[in-house]
Amino acid sequence: MASVALTNLDPASRAAARGWSDLTIRNLFIIPTLIFLIVFNIFPLIYSLGYSFTNFAANRAEPWQFVGLQNYRELLSDDHIWSNFVITAKYVIVSVAGQMIVGFGLALLLNRSFPMKGLITTLLLLPMMMSAAVVGLFWQLLYSPSWGPINYVFGLGDFAWLSNPDSALYAVAITDIWMWSPFVMLLSLAGLSAVPQHLYEAAAIDRAGWWYTFTRITLPLVSPILLIALIFRTMEAFKTFDIAYTMTTQPTAELIAIRLYKQAFQQWDTGKSCALAYIVLIMVLAITNLYVKYLNKVKER
Amino acid sequence: MAAVRTSSEVAFNRIAIAAVLIATLVFLAPIYWIASTAFKPKELAVSVPPTVLFEPEVTPFVRLFTKRVQMQKPVDPQAYDAAPWWEKRIYDGGERVLKVGKDVQLSQYPDRFMNSLIVAVISTVLAVGMGTFTAYGFSRFKIAGEADLLFFILSTRMLPPVVVAIPMFLMYRMVGLNDSHIGLIILYVAFNLSFSVWLMKGFMDEIPKEYEEAALVDGYTRMQAFFKIVLPEAATGIAATAVFCFITAWNEYAFALIMTNRRAQTAPPFIPSQIGSGLPDWTTIAAGTFLFLLPVAIFTFLLRNHLLRGVTFGAIRK
Repeated sequence: MASVALTNLDPASRAAARGWSDLTIRNLFIIPTLIFLIVFNIFPLIYSLGYSFTNFAANRAEPWQFVGLQNYRELLSDDHIWSNFVITAKYVIVSVAGQMIVGFGLALLLNRSFPMKGLITTLLLLPMMMSAAVVGLFWQLLYSPSWGPINYVFGLGDFAWLSNPDSALYAVAITDIWMWSPFVMLLSLAGLSAVPQHLYEAAAIDRAGWWYTFTRITLPLVSPILLIALIFRTMEAFKTFDIAYTMTTQPTAELIAIRLYKQAFQQWDTGKSCALAYIVLIMVLAITNLYVKYLNKVKER
Repeated sequence: MAAVRTSSEVAFNRIAIAAVLIATLVFLAPIYWIASTAFKPKELAVSVPPTVLFEPEVTPFVRLFTKRVQMQKPVDPQAYDAAPWWEKRIYDGGERVLKVGKDVQLSQYPDRFMNSLIVAVISTVLAVGMGTFTAYGFSRFKIAGEADLLFFILSTRMLPPVVVAIPMFLMYRMVGLNDSHIGLIILYVAFNLSFSVWLMKGFMDEIPKEYEEAALVDGYTRMQAFFKIVLPEAATGIAATAVFCFITAWNEYAFALIMTNRRAQTAPPFIPSQIGSGLPDWTTIAAGTFLFLLPVAIFTFLLRNHLLRGVTFGAIRK
């Protein structure tokens, strides 16, 4: 039955007989896209899977050798790589937690009617639409130790946010929170506006307190959409490259994607970086799977 | 509202709105800072305390677009008087504009900006074009394993760019597509295609099937019905999807950094590379950043009613 159109046309009718059949059109519309994605996304990944078992180096002409699982073994026992994963985990936790709190907080504040609400909401959404690399660049100006406005406003003297090993990662996380809280805010606003008003009215009649109403009505009803925001941001934060790469060169802020980039395109350790790419890829796909599962759940409501 | 609002509720409401306004100012401050730096005199960009109010000038933009050298001796007054206003601004800063004959030598910025524009526009047209057809297919026909196929399509979007870039770099090197517009366009189409399929499917699902069925009964072929009934109905959705794809391609950094270095380099890897060593000229960098961010800011306002849909791949709509 897979090829039957959803429209209930009688196959013998004149309408169905005219022009191309629905089956042809369906294939014509869908197959090129699938082929394109396979050729430019899946095939490269198969190609790099092959290289992940070799000692291939893209900047040298010497022939490569098959090394079996050696790349994977070395990576998984490499303390440096583990520290990159730990840094990435710290970054994900700090920046996603910050985004959830700031974003949901903003949404709670915005969830009422006031003049110019639309304009203010749109203005708040601007940061997430910008190029992360360029955002990273101009936050360097804001963080500048000697004449940056941040140190001036907070009276921090000449604190070097981005070249201090202890603060670099958190400075990047703060910028990421600035950039992506609006995303959480946008989703939360949608969740909040979908809470039926009569529930609040019933709670008011029962003289329920603010906290009770918030934890028993608002949170449970908004949580599915908050979860979507949480998973999506976790996935994106895990992959973070541009913003951290343009902001700092501190080893303490070397996220796994930056490590991968350096290994592949600065040290030209191609075989090993293909293996590392696969480790990262499997982690990302696991989160993606979770994300799509919840996305479909919310969609069905 | 059924309930009468108590005075404490009114007070809380006022406090919340005040908090929103303060939060908005805090969120916009970094954007104001980069935008204002683009119009500052050089010395005010790095002043202590930071300068908030000043007399704006467009000299940073003149510097952004021209190649300049430091002058060894003061400018000849006659040459100064004969120079157009913008060249005078450069002389005032102790520099002169480089020229070939009478032609001003342009900096690399306009080239990089154009590269961004070319790559973003062409990749958007292709991704949205293909995505629209595919979305229609998924929206209207029964497909075996539809959920799995859609997951496959979406998962290609989630691949970390650096992971894809390693094999693509090697393959491009073999076929000579490194540092080419076409190479970057292909990557951006592949990246945006899944997004465009998902978003367009949401829009397609909203167009009642009855429209086409009526057209089919009236003697249209399905292709005619698609082009004459469905596409016009989907115009808003196509426009919103296109703007999203454009912004994504316009902003993209990792692929551009890895795959291009000169000829096809786009603005995102170029602008940060201008910092260089020593004391950077922040006004010129800010001018370049400002021009680069401006289209995105305008598009954000045009898109404001579709942002939610866009960031959730069409899954959540108001």
